[in-house]
Amino acid sequence: MSGPSTYEPKTAFTRWLDKRLPIIRFGYDSFVAYPTPRNLNYWWTFGAILALCLVVQIVSGVVLAMHYVPHVDYAFASVQRIERDVPYGWLIQNMHAVGASMFFLAVYLHMFKGLYYGSYKAPREVLWILGCIIYLLMVATAFLGYSLPWGQMSFWAATVITNLIGALPLVGEGLKNWLMGGFSVDQPTLNRFFSLHYLLPFVIAGVVALHIWALHESGQNNPTGVDVKSKADTVPFTPHATIKDLFAVALFLILFSVFIFYMPDALGHADNFIPANPLQTPPEIVPEWYLLPFYAILRAFDFNIGPIDSKLAGVLAMFASIGILFLLPWLDTSRVRSMRYRPVARQFFLIFVVVCLVLGWCGGQNPANILARSGDFTASLRWVEGGQTTTQDFTAPSEQQFEATAASMRETMAGRGATMTMVSRAGATNATITAVIGGTEQTRNLSAYSVEALEEEIIAAKAEIGAGAPFFVIERNTPMTFTVTNLSQLATLYYFLFFLVILPILGLRETPGRVPDTIAKPVLAKEVA
Amino acid sequence: MSAATNQAHAGEEGTRRDFIYIAAGAAAAVGAAATIWPFIDQMNPAADTLALSTTEVDLSAVVVGQQIKVMWQGKPVFVRHRTAAEIAAAQRDDYANLKDPQHDAERLLQENGQPGKAEWLILQASCTHLGCVPTFVTGSSYGGWFCPCHGSDYDTSGRIRRGPAPRNLDVAPYVFVTDTSIRIG
Ligand code: HEM
Ligand code: FES
Repeated sequence: MSGPSTYEPKTAFTRWLDKRLPIIRFGYDSFVAYPTPRNLNYWWTFGAILALCLVVQIVSGVVLAMHYVPHVDYAFASVQRIERDVPYGWLIQNMHAVGASMFFLAVYLHMFKGLYYGSYKAPREVLWILGCIIYLLMVATAFLGYSLPWGQMSFWAATVITNLIGALPLVGEGLKNWLMGGFSVDQPTLNRFFSLHYLLPFVIAGVVALHIWALHESGQNNPTGVDVKSKADTVPFTPHATIKDLFAVALFLILFSVFIFYMPDALGHADNFIPANPLQTPPEIVPEWYLLPFYAILRAFDFNIGPIDSKLAGVLAMFASIGILFLLPWLDTSRVRSMRYRPVARQFFLIFVVVCLVLGWCGGQNPANILARSGDFTASLRWVEGGQTTTQDFTAPSEQQFEATAASMRETMAGRGATMTMVSRAGATNATITAVIGGTEQTRNLSAYSVEALEEEIIAAKAEIGAGAPFFVIERNTPMTFTVTNLSQLATLYYFLFFLVILPILGLRETPGRVPDTIAKPVLAKEVA
Repeated sequence: MSAATNQAHAGEEGTRRDFIYIAAGAAAAVGAAATIWPFIDQMNPAADTLALSTTEVDLSAVVVGQQIKVMWQGKPVFVRHRTAAEIAAAQRDDYANLKDPQHDAERLLQENGQPGKAEWLILQASCTHLGCVPTFVTGSSYGGWFCPCHGSDYDTSGRIRRGPAPRNLDVAPYVFVTDTSIRIG
């Protein structure tokens, strides 16, 4: 892509160095003379922003590590000390904590850009896969880092996630204990999480180097998705891309600063200011915002799929949702890169973006919350007023025949004029039947907006009727409900359909929009040449 | 084997060399695996962590109807002194419609297979859904434990009755050391 080097060392020293270690040449070819498509828009500035984010995390992180103590008794206090006592510790700690959010914001925009403009298609498959690996490493690093302040959320998020690994069949339990270095999240866990949290960003830096190498081999994509035809379609990286990137970085830093200086804790969870307590679970456990969509996918599976139980299914789906990105270059069959010229795919893409946001919203809600229902939850309470209560113990000949015996007992009682009967089982074969003979049957209907409210009404009604009734027969009716879980299920379905069905089929059937001649043909190149 | 192939193999000096390559390669692979193993195994629970894996509990201080939480392997364990009413409810519900059917007596079994005592229920205090610590009674419609995280409801035997948890609360492995003390683990 870059063609032969155009670097010419000017001084005696640089000529001398160039013969021994052509490092200046390398930098010049990569970041000065490197040809970039002239039609790149601002979506292309996130690469530079991401590089900055990594540097910010590493620099602030190394400083934090000078003051942080990875011990269950001191970790929480040491982070508080950084915030309060260490000179400028508050600034550096905020940079690091907010920085993680900013990093993810940038990486998501960067990934959506790649999706929209088809940057994963040949010849950039490896470039895309390296990006997916970076993202995966970022998720791991952020998860490990989040456990370090050792607040309630740190502790319980670590517990919930390690428990998920325990859901894997056969190896799950062993793997979980191996990861935790014990039988629960404790000192060994914290200590190794710190070590790995320190290590992984440098692994990320290594993969970023490969990512950029791959980029410079295949060249940048551009908003039209049409290959660059000649040198006239490009401009040198410096000053064109450099200055544009710097401008975008400046805007990004303004947003970053607003968070650091005015609302450093807005993106975190208040419970993380309570020291970790293994004996007490916080009322709700939620991950950081950038992992909420995956949390929603995890919890969407509240049903078993054949032999796979719901918990394992959720875990597998969660990993699959990232794994599927690795296969995307081969799932999308369309030969047109940019969605600019794919009118139908563009609609599905927009829905996909909305679905990702919906998943994020669902991940932060209580999954049982009801969003819509066909009616109220109702119950009918029946009891007998007056009459005479008799009880009788009975024993079925065997456990299997219990139901049949109970039914015949009910009939016997009905034959004796019972208005209502109740069987309460005391063991495998023995039970007591209570019957009210005579009296008048009463009914009361209750309704409420939720199961809990209905149960409360039932309790209240029972208390009100009180001793007037020997027992109650209660029939509950549940309306059709649409919960947060159902919404997550729909969104999860679309997420996977988009990659597994929509993109493969659409690529074969869709008629792409026409690329204007001014873009398809190198008009400019001819004029220049 | 035909004479021709025999000859070809014997005649080629390469065969011996191939053998040396393969042997050396195999030895190096075994060596690499043997070197990597300690680096993997070091992450497993260490000897002192394993040594902490039993806890003795004196039961004499726990009155009827009371429950204490003790730490075992860094995890909380419920030691519950059940009331007669709780025991009766637990035994009655042996035949109720259970998600994870189990009799109360099975849940009292000691680690050595001896039957336990109906008053003493020793449970791991971690919800089988995603590991939160359930609270006793408050919120439970079955008089047992209720998990605040996603609303799993357990009865007085710690069996799951409602909510997303797949299994009953796990029984902690324990034995009676004396009449009034148990060892967990
Ligand atoms: C990919 C880059 C990184 C990401 C995404 C990241 C993310 C995080 C996150 C989310 C936290 C929790 C902050 C909080 O909630 O208060 C954290 C804490 C921490 N990180 Fe990082 N980190 C990165 C790189 C590093 C590096 C390179 C180091 C050290 C060399 C480091 C050292 C620390 C330390 C000591 C803490 C605990 C103190 C605290 O919570 O502020 N981090 N990290
Ligand atoms: S962890 Fe207890 S219900 Fe989810």
